[in-house]
Amino acid sequence: MSELRAPGTLRAAWLLARKDLTIEFRTRTAFFSAIVFAVLALCIFYFAWDESIVQPSALAPGVLWVVLTFSALLGLQRSFALEEHDRGIDALLVSPVSREAIYLGKAIGNLLFLSAVQVVTIPALAVFYNVPMGHEWLVVTGVVLLAMIGIVAVGTLFSAMAVNTRLAELLLPMLSLPFFVPVLMSAAQISARVLAGRPLAEAAGYMKILIGFDVVFIIACTLAFSFTLEE
Amino acid sequence: MTTVPHGASAPKRDPQALVAKPIFDWFFVVGVLAMVALYVRSLMFTPPDALQGVAQKIYYIHIPAWLASYTAVGITALTSIVYLWLHDERADRLSEASAEIGLVFLTGGLSTGMFWGRVIWGAWWVWWDMRLTLTLFLWFVVAAYLVLRGAIEDEAMRARYSAVLAILAALLIPFIHLSVYLFSAGMHPMPIVLQPGKAKLSPQMLVTFLFGFVAFELFCVALIRARYRYGVKRDMLAALEIAGDTR
Repeated sequence: MSELRAPGTLRAAWLLARKDLTIEFRTRTAFFSAIVFAVLALCIFYFAWDESIVQPSALAPGVLWVVLTFSALLGLQRSFALEEHDRGIDALLVSPVSREAIYLGKAIGNLLFLSAVQVVTIPALAVFYNVPMGHEWLVVTGVVLLAMIGIVAVGTLFSAMAVNTRLAELLLPMLSLPFFVPVLMSAAQISARVLAGRPLAEAAGYMKILIGFDVVFIIACTLAFSFTLEE
Repeated sequence: MTTVPHGASAPKRDPQALVAKPIFDWFFVVGVLAMVALYVRSLMFTPPDALQGVAQKIYYIHIPAWLASYTAVGITALTSIVYLWLHDERADRLSEASAEIGLVFLTGGLSTGMFWGRVIWGAWWVWWDMRLTLTLFLWFVVAAYLVLRGAIEDEAMRARYSAVLAILAALLIPFIHLSVYLFSAGMHPMPIVLQPGKAKLSPQMLVTFLFGFVAFELFCVALIRARYRYGVKRDMLAALEIAGDTR
């Protein structure tokens, strides 16, 4: 039975992700505001340092991760708040899909949403901070993807929890940010080293943490998700 | 609402009196006395350190507080697993109590460490020390746990959500530990007690030090017990108020 169900879960997850993205594509409000927020934040952070002391290109990795974190929180906030409206979550729960599929669907939707935001943000960062566009950006893109997977894995679960509490908007960052620490610390250290022209091997330890975090928390959060739903 | 809330079994006879009854907690008294004895012994009957002088005396508080906080936070993680497994509200109440006491000892450990760091390292806070950074993030996780508990009214949901958070946090700590370890070289004094071949503490210092662990563990357990009892009474009182409203 489990052999037959496994593709069913993934297919259901994809359908759910497509549903969320279709809603987003038709309204485009969250996507547009997330991009405007991200690019605006990039521009404002430029003035947070003394340009004559710190090179803008040296700031770029730090700014990238601050902006990515907060635009991720914006997207995650919306993920389950969308279902609260008209109690869409009840419809999902009575539909013949597993709880794991709901979680994975939401997570895939969030990952694609966040990736789309980064497609605009990262080139904007390179332009505004005068970072040369070389092959090291391929590595940085890979690191961004790994970090987003970890952030979305944890954030999707906490988004499902936070919407049911009294402090919804405030609680999501409080719950998520400590969990983002190993991800952000590793990703920021790797990208800072790579953009400074140092070899990737120097950051191999951080890479292991990033990949390990993704694997452990995708599994743990998928299993934990069914506990966050009303019984 | 006519149902008795999850966790509060209907009190049997004269519940009002049961809630109001004062309790003499001998365990708590022993814990407090042990703490007083520790302070007196470490300040008056233990010689100062040859290199660090009086500043070293904070070790007798700082390290036991650190151990007590890890005991309390460990209890929270274990009882959270028990709750998700058995759905016993006592496990949830114990998680709540030990998380709150854990936060108290974490705050104590961090603040005493900062005072010591100001004297010995010359800075209130340094980011390159692994244990400092790890403990700070643990503090934030425990704080988030308590805020989450405060933000949910439904007892069963609060218990499930907080148990999930505690278990995920137990998985998170090794990752923070590893990343902080890579980030910082570390200048924290390493343990020399009970390690063959290393410099020895003087017998008086060793006794005070080991007594510190006992005193802090006793005090920590005494506080968790007291906080647990408060949780029981609070839930009984809530059940009584609901019963009174519906009568």
